Amino acid sequence: MGVLILGGAPSVLAEAAHDGWPTPPATPDNRTQVSGPLQGGTADHSKFDQLKGPFADGSEVTKACLGCHTETGKHFMQNIHWTWSYVNPDTGQQLGKRYLINNFCTNSRGNEGMCAQCHAGYGWKDESFDFSDETKIDCLVCHETTGTYYKTPNSPGNSACSVMFEGKPPIDFPAVAQSVGLPERANCGTCHFYGGGGDNVKHGDLSSALKAPPRRLDVHMGEDGLNFACTACHITSRHIWAGSRYQVVSKDLEGTGQPGMRTDVATCESCHGLAPHPVDSLANFKLNDHVQSVACQTCHIPEFARGGVATIVDWDWRTSGKTRDGEGYHEEGYIQGNGEHRYTYKSIKGDFTYDENVIPQYAWFDGQMRYTTIDTQFDPNAEFIEINGFSGSHDDPSSRIWPFKRMHTWQPYDKGRGTLVYTKLWGEDKAAYWGNYDMGAAIAKGMADFGLEYSGEFGFIETLSWWPITHMVAPKENALACRDCHQPKASRLASVEGIYLPGRDHNHWLDIIGTLLVGGTLAGIIIHSLIRIFSPKGARH
Amino acid sequence: MTIQRVKIFSLFERFWHWAQMLLILVLLVTGFGLHGFHQLLSFRTAVTLHTGAALALLLLWAFSVFWLFTTRTWRHFIPTWQGMWGVLRFYAYGIFKGERHPYRKAYWRKHNPLQALAYLMLKIVLFPAIWITGLLYLFYFLWSGLPGAPVWLSNIAQVHTAAAFLILAFVLIHVYMLTTGHSFREHVMPMINGFDEVDLTPEEEAYLRNDQPGDIR
Repeated sequence: MGVLILGGAPSVLAEAAHDGWPTPPATPDNRTQVSGPLQGGTADHSKFDQLKGPFADGSEVTKACLGCHTETGKHFMQNIHWTWSYVNPDTGQQLGKRYLINNFCTNSRGNEGMCAQCHAGYGWKDESFDFSDETKIDCLVCHETTGTYYKTPNSPGNSACSVMFEGKPPIDFPAVAQSVGLPERANCGTCHFYGGGGDNVKHGDLSSALKAPPRRLDVHMGEDGLNFACTACHITSRHIWAGSRYQVVSKDLEGTGQPGMRTDVATCESCHGLAPHPVDSLANFKLNDHVQSVACQTCHIPEFARGGVATIVDWDWRTSGKTRDGEGYHEEGYIQGNGEHRYTYKSIKGDFTYDENVIPQYAWFDGQMRYTTIDTQFDPNAEFIEINGFSGSHDDPSSRIWPFKRMHTWQPYDKGRGTLVYTKLWGEDKAAYWGNYDMGAAIAKGMADFGLEYSGEFGFIETLSWWPITHMVAPKENALACRDCHQPKASRLASVEGIYLPGRDHNHWLDIIGTLLVGGTLAGIIIHSLIRIFSPKGARH
Repeated sequence: MTIQRVKIFSLFERFWHWAQMLLILVLLVTGFGLHGFHQLLSFRTAVTLHTGAALALLLLWAFSVFWLFTTRTWRHFIPTWQGMWGVLRFYAYGIFKGERHPYRKAYWRKHNPLQALAYLMLKIVLFPAIWITGLLYLFYFLWSGLPGAPVWLSNIAQVHTAAAFLILAFVLIHVYMLTTGHSFREHVMPMINGFDEVDLTPEEEAYLRNDQPGDIR
């Protein structure tokens, strides 16, 4: 702004001289003024007649919402919760849930009848969904606060699967509509805690334990601490949220910014600044040095999948499809920290391995993920296929050392073409894997539905996906100690290259020579003194 | 020439010596802890003590350099071969025969030639090696963005470590030397009360008795 004023000043003066008194008004500034974040509230939604109902379904509630919130529909349709689509501006890659393949349930594409339960809209079950219909937006899933609202799959699916959604009490739409407020952790958690098909399955650092977490689980969200909702950090402007997994800000160089400014970021630095440790000691001064090469998360999230809810770290699709008496089944084989049993085998999905209180993997990360998409051809002989590979190094100024969850999966792929595949999992037809257990047919259908080539021969391949860890921030007293990295053996950063890490790194030869030198000196002293003691005339001196 | 008890270590020099001893001890213990040889202290505590002691020692050295040059006492450290053979022969042979140490302290030569050379090397080779690398290490955050910085840091750290090993060896020999010649106590006392036996010329003795009577007993 300073530049604008300086740049504009001479021309204003020139005009004034030209036109004389009075000076004509400057070009009007139509921008809205900068306000602080939304606080409190000015309306009690339970007093609005429009929300008294009756409502036949959620979409009718949305119409009532849009009656007052006139611009919200247009805003909302721009965001990723609605589009499930994201084009990376740097790589041009078409990303987003709508298109990507992951190494959990593999693909939502073609399975929207089930997967799009977590789409913030109503009725997306196939390609015919109208993304321009504002009344299909689901306001309630994010804004209702009774906890009684729920969603079911958008299409019936195979009877073997749909049975688990039966028998729920009907939703009292007027009650949930009148309860609306700013999103709480449980609202976001409805989907984000259950990604990948279950509680904490996918992220590792987002689980139902964060609905009502103690401070020791998350220092920001803790009910006995700051009690932040997700949107305290993932701030919103026109229903666009700060924070992206597709383009991660791995190193924030701007810090806090002016009051009311920087409302487009969810980095630690946007609140804590670029020198987050109070400089009241030598050690803290040194810690602030670390900010340029170590992400805050690396020290402050010592372990993820804490709080009693496990995450899946290994998934084997090769064993899926086993049946007993022609029926699918599941096995419980893991009891997690909070006492709940977790499935370790499901006919529809295969074998799972769980882990809790997981020590992350650490690596240089520049914030840029490179996705293996449906049209990426790869060498099937590669050791692993990285679903989202990334790079970074000490020499790259935008890179820092980040913690990751490493997800390993054996999943189906097109053996003939060397690509990943869309698998038809959910559906009512014969091809749907969930109910019929024929992987070949499910892939053929999943690919054909989108006009994609399939060689007809599938195999299983090892894939990895990397999940930058950023939630479950421990209180500072539980952060990593220096020694956790700065030690010769069992350093957390043992595999991180490109740096000299004091305490971890040694010149082996120097240590040997140095030890020999000191040891030799001591030996020399001992020998010298022994000769003195035993020399007949040396006794006095 | 007569042997007299003369104050050869001023109050500042004694303070310098013992403060330096304490700081070097702290630096050795914390430094080898940081290096990973022991875990007697937390890394955080070790870093704090190591950095604090290093900065204190640098300040002390700044004062000592000023002191050395303003009092002209730097001349004690000029290396010389004169008498070196006698000293070397003593430590290698004579000491076992119960011979007396061949060196007599002079008023402007309070160290024997071997001592003077050893202390000079310490002052102009080992200490600079460790404090220059230490400062580069401490201020890494200012130059970490330069190309190849981690490799340079690694080399700097190795020089720093090598110097630390050599200083530890020096300390061990230095302390052992206190047990030779006179008794341990006789060796330590001059650095406590300042007085030691010195071979004075008649002129030096006359000067001291006249102008600095407190410095001669």
